Amino acid sequence: MGDNALILGQRLGEWCGHGPVLEEDIALTNIALDLIGQARMVYQKVGALENGARTEDDVAFLRDANEFYNVLLVEMENGDFAHTIARQFYFSAFQVPFLERLAGSSDEFLRDFAFKSIKEARYHLKHATQWVLRLGDGTSESHDRMQLAINTLWEYTGELFMTDDVDLEMASLTGIHLEDIHQMWLTHVRQTLEEATLDMPDESTWMQSGGKQGVHTEHLGYILTDMQWLQRAYPGAEW
Amino acid sequence: MENQEQLDQFQAYVDQEMKVEAKDWMPEKYRNTLIRQIAQHAHSEVVGMLPEANWVTRAPSLKRKAILLAKIQDEGGHGLYLYSACETLGVDRDTLIDELHDGTAKYSSIFNYPTLNWADIGAVGWLVDGAAIVNQVSLQRTSYGPYSRAMIRICKEESFHQRQGYVIMMEMAKGTPAQKAMAQDALNRWWWPSLMMFGPSDKDSLHSQQNMAWKIKRHSNDELRQKFVDMTVPQTEYLGLTLPDPDLKWNAERGHYDFGEINWDEFWQVVRGNGKCNKERIAARQKAHDEGAWVREAALAYAAKKRNKKGAA
Amino acid sequence: MSDKKNWPLWEVFIRSKQGLHHKHVGSLHAPDAEMAIENARDVYTRRMEGVSIWVIESAHVHASSPDEKDCMYDPANDKIYRHPTFYDIPDEVGHM
Repeated sequence: MGDNALILGQRLGEWCGHGPVLEEDIALTNIALDLIGQARMVYQKVGALENGARTEDDVAFLRDANEFYNVLLVEMENGDFAHTIARQFYFSAFQVPFLERLAGSSDEFLRDFAFKSIKEARYHLKHATQWVLRLGDGTSESHDRMQLAINTLWEYTGELFMTDDVDLEMASLTGIHLEDIHQMWLTHVRQTLEEATLDMPDESTWMQSGGKQGVHTEHLGYILTDMQWLQRAYPGAEW
Repeated sequence: MENQEQLDQFQAYVDQEMKVEAKDWMPEKYRNTLIRQIAQHAHSEVVGMLPEANWVTRAPSLKRKAILLAKIQDEGGHGLYLYSACETLGVDRDTLIDELHDGTAKYSSIFNYPTLNWADIGAVGWLVDGAAIVNQVSLQRTSYGPYSRAMIRICKEESFHQRQGYVIMMEMAKGTPAQKAMAQDALNRWWWPSLMMFGPSDKDSLHSQQNMAWKIKRHSNDELRQKFVDMTVPQTEYLGLTLPDPDLKWNAERGHYDFGEINWDEFWQVVRGNGKCNKERIAARQKAHDEGAWVREAALAYAAKKRNKKGAA
Repeated sequence: MSDKKNWPLWEVFIRSKQGLHHKHVGSLHAPDAEMAIENARDVYTRRMEGVSIWVIESAHVHASSPDEKDCMYDPANDKIYRHPTFYDIPDEVGHM
């Protein structure tokens, strides 16, 4: 959860100062800030569980790519605005029902985390959904760009719902079953695309995976190189 | 057309410290000066996002990353408040942005300097925002209402900007030798450009007198510059860093610090577009604007379709 | 609609606290009301919570002759790092 939030936040941070219109620049940065806040909350908890062995920054800046467990979707490049929106749309449409379930977890931290993040995620989903509608049903150029982004990123959505050992363990603690969330996700995606006059991608597409096991695309190495450089170049320094 | 009686009445009005509002009568020259100055200010906020955005992905901790994002976002917001204020004078934002891109409009030259190490983010917050605040605090009392209100709001929000910059400098000045060296290097590069932010010396300033009379400007460039130097010297001493000016010394008689002559050649060269980053900054803004065109069009087209549907229903 | 591809201008009014009037805080551009509200939230309430926002297309505002007076409001609390007191500055340094 933390890595998903951090890597997506880092990607959105790349938009800062370069948005398609000033108002949207500010909106994207807001989402980035929410996500980085979520990552910090998780990493601080990781540190606490290890009795303070690591700080949030150790967790973020001193792990290599194969120790990051984010889904591949969030490390995809920003591309044009339609790609950024499609990535956010797919992710937030997953995050909202996921956090809604998490809020009913028996674990106090997970409950708190879900409670704080759910409001943010709902806003992100609303924002992304509205943009899918605007771009899909806007001009013919925006329609084509949005359709291309929806199609291109589709193969990275399956991983959100693939259950691994950690998910199974989570399920016993939280009662979250990714298949249920998948159904809710599909419903929202289908409805939105239909309203946006966009075609649903081929659901039998082969889905990419590996992120949750630390096997990433080539992008993550560059993201981390950028992000971790100062911490790595000047070990032990306080900033 | 304007007659002397109107001009006198206007002058008498601003002399009473009354605010001029959007629909009030105002001299054409007052309006044009304001448009130029507020637009320049708005552009500065927006172009000013770029040298800082340069470090967002490389910020050395999650806390610093969040703070930096929030700060840059504020600057976007400030640009927006100022464009709004400018629009009350009858120009639309697109026209202003076109003028930025084609070079007719200016923005603060400080943003044509590069941010080269992390301490630059500290120096920009501490010195550049510090200098901007000195200017903006003074502008809170400017005679044009919408500008004054935008300034009040901006000043409230910007105090954190300078402080976060100073905290970065403190961390680094008290950190490892390498960090201290970065902090000194950043200070060396940003000090003089920060002093230049107050504009040409009063004796060379084109617009100053009329602007002071109309209370668009409340203090002269040199007054504000002196104020900034006086504030910053003790802050630098606390950091244990050195300002790159051998002529800097306390003048007990004046009750101010004396400081060396600004390199006005460099100042005018950067104003004319020959700074290290002038071309790059404008190109980045132009690119964002051009690549956003289809997005803005799509949103308009969608809104029109929705309106039509509503109308038909 | 004008032939320029400009998003229309909207005036933004914010109720900063229950019990207070909505106040004019400025303007922004948006293609429709929905987005104007979202943008207003992002732009004008970065330091506040629990607010109500009104947006009105500027073209629909009819004004009395000159002499309008509106004032600024105080931003409230949200992300604490936006507030200057979040940063401990030693007393020796002086006012900042």
